[in-house]
Amino acid sequence: MSAFTEDELARIRADFPVLSRTVRDGRPLVYLDSGATAQKPWCVLDAEREYYSTHNAAVHRGAHQLAEEATEAFEGARATVARFIGARPDEVVFTKNGTEAINLVAYAMSNAGAPGAVEGADPEVAARLRLGPGDEIVVTEMEHHANLVPWQELARRTGATLRWIGVTDDGHLQDPTTVVGERTRILAFTQVSNVLGTLNDVAPLVAAARAVGALTLVDACQSVPHLPVDVTALGVDFLAFTGHKVIGPSGIGVLWGRPELLAAMPPFITGGSMIELVHMESSTYAPPPQRFEAGVPMAAQAVGLASAVDYLTELGMDRVHQHDTELTAYCLEQLAGRPWVRVVGPAAPADRVGAVAFTVEGIHPHDVGQVLDDRGIAVRTGHHCAWPLHRRLGIPASTRASFSVYTDRADIDAFVEALDTVPGVFGMTA
Amino acid sequence: MDLYGELILDHSKHPQHVGLREPFGAEVHHINPTCGDEVTLRVQVTDGVVRDVSYDAQGCSISIASTSVLAEETIGHPVSEALETYLAMRRMLTSRGTEAGDPEQIGDGVAFAGVSRYPARVKCALLGWTAFTDALARSGEDISVVSDTTHSRT
Repeated sequence: MSAFTEDELARIRADFPVLSRTVRDGRPLVYLDSGATAQKPWCVLDAEREYYSTHNAAVHRGAHQLAEEATEAFEGARATVARFIGARPDEVVFTKNGTEAINLVAYAMSNAGAPGAVEGADPEVAARLRLGPGDEIVVTEMEHHANLVPWQELARRTGATLRWIGVTDDGHLQDPTTVVGERTRILAFTQVSNVLGTLNDVAPLVAAARAVGALTLVDACQSVPHLPVDVTALGVDFLAFTGHKVIGPSGIGVLWGRPELLAAMPPFITGGSMIELVHMESSTYAPPPQRFEAGVPMAAQAVGLASAVDYLTELGMDRVHQHDTELTAYCLEQLAGRPWVRVVGPAAPADRVGAVAFTVEGIHPHDVGQVLDDRGIAVRTGHHCAWPLHRRLGIPASTRASFSVYTDRADIDAFVEALDTVPGVFGMTA
Repeated sequence: MDLYGELILDHSKHPQHVGLREPFGAEVHHINPTCGDEVTLRVQVTDGVVRDVSYDAQGCSISIASTSVLAEETIGHPVSEALETYLAMRRMLTSRGTEAGDPEQIGDGVAFAGVSRYPARVKCALLGWTAFTDALARSGEDISVVSDTTHSRT
């Protein structure tokens, strides 16, 4: 039985207004780029509008009723988002996006060594955050640039060494224990590859890091939109994701961290709202999560994100995951019948989430994407911010179809039908 | 689809003057960081004339074909003329579909008129050309006639 009945899927699609528009001379939009950013349902748009039209005020400031309501809306959104990932509200920090969430941890680690980084921090916990020459930061070869470049920079600033877990030909991670060792201070990895679609087995990664006392950070940008994610079950120390891929607004991301770690972390961005006491010479800082939320926060986006996760919760994340697996299986099945298409990543649909990337024999991905776009089909082409992974795969770029809750089989049918015209356009036979 | 006319397909499948040759006055490497396309390009100029443009390119059919046309339209021409050709190409490519391009001036470059309707592809078509002007500057030529910071780098 399908995750969603046809009627249910039709109702879901009707909730996403952009899906009813046409593109490129009246063709219906076939949106297969949800891995880059997902479309938004009415409830998210309405939640933001309602916030601005009735409660708008600066959160955590002001002695008036609107300020009180805005603060309640913002903190209520934090509680909703925390519940969605099995966390406590005070462990959830709102950031600009997933990239900023990862940078927040990387900068906290590089600043942790500065004198008086955090007054009164537990010295043992603070020591786990510090690193320097001889220490190692471990990532994987399938990371999005957002979970690679901040660690390269951290290594450069601290003198630590960056190492990485390789990727096998079939798109899985190699054994982490060959790279994670006594010198490893943090292991940062993605739960789901934005190119290969690989759903990584988190347990052995966390076990390898724990065995040597290293911290773990999971990039959950491509997992949170598609499957149930529970921070306790994962056993990681930090989890980062972005709102706009979870059918929520842009301009908001989430960092979850273990409370004892957050408490020992110095702030990344400083200013208003994140302070305790301010003198001309120096200041002390608020406890987490406020310590990491300088300036007037993105309240409307928080409210929109809460509405998005409520929408997904109502659909049921187990069913959302099943729907994604069905689409992945169907897409792989369709492409398998076309020998001129080379899919990258694991062969088994159960090992994959959210995306199917591929190359077409003799035709550059940009040209593939252009022909698809001409027929109203939106896919992503290029290296998808995972350039080293593409080098590892021996390809300059790829074309990627990616899914969300509103994607249906008809989308994939339209995509495959258009794909069949691609070789002909370039004078080749399919 | 009409973007991929025969001229573009021909040039992308059989790029003219392809390969890196000696002698050369300057070599540059340009990339399009959003898609990973790259070109290594060399120019040889003597007495104000472009004697050779040689290149090694990896990219989509638009960028390969455009670089091929570049070589065809500039080799053997005075630098001043080559820069005029670049300007004409750039004007057409950034015209959002309003300029068809003059075949007298840009030769097979007119085949790229359709690219201007797809803003995301303009960079592909200009990759080789901006590398060319950069290479000219690095080999000591005066390229102030084309200097425009928004287009000088990809």
